[in-house]
Amino acid sequence: MSEKKKMAIIVHSGTLDKLYPVFMLATAGGAMDVEAHLFFTFWGLDALKKGGLDSAKLPGVMRVGTGMMKGRIKDANVPTLPALLDMCNELGNIKIYACSTTMELMKVKEEELIPEVDDIVGAAAFLDIAMDADVQLFI
Amino acid sequence: MSDKYQVKETLDCKGLYCPMPIVKMKKALKGMAEGEIVKILATDPGSKRDFEAFCRKTGNKLIESSEEDGVFTYVVEKVGA
Repeated sequence: MSEKKKMAIIVHSGTLDKLYPVFMLATAGGAMDVEAHLFFTFWGLDALKKGGLDSAKLPGVMRVGTGMMKGRIKDANVPTLPALLDMCNELGNIKIYACSTTMELMKVKEEELIPEVDDIVGAAAFLDIAMDADVQLFI
Repeated sequence: MSDKYQVKETLDCKGLYCPMPIVKMKKALKGMAEGEIVKILATDPGSKRDFEAFCRKTGNKLIESSEEDGVFTYVVEKVGA
């Protein structure tokens, strides 16, 4: 095929409903040979903390329905967020970045992050990737 | 139906939803040689467009796409390394 396609996603939200589309697109893209670059900033960074993906909740008052939603996800045979992360690793063409400024703001240390994080970067580094990407999303 | 092909591997993706069928197919294709064929059975109604898009973007060849009683069958030939 021609040149490799690239996708760049800013992951701003750490809630379950927003993390699902991020990881669905990343794994689907990865399978389609689209290199996916995920930049986790603000609340999105919570998802990169150890145990973060597993404890992601629905937003606002809907958070009380998180258990029910997870039950439906299981019944529909849809993978859990940690399972989707494993798939990203296996596919090998999905890069995960933590926003360095958010880490400072939220007082998150590097050792608190999951080992799947490829790098800790700033906005310029993300823009450098996003400018060459064919798909850019903010989720 | 697919007997005219030499199917290397059949993936049963019935009951699985996006993006699982194409992720599973990608994994299967990884371990195959050029020209080898994989057959996928799926029930996700979105899978038809997904497999068409997957093959268009990755250059693999969708040689059959059909549906019978709610089960979709896709036959894909690996193209390229």
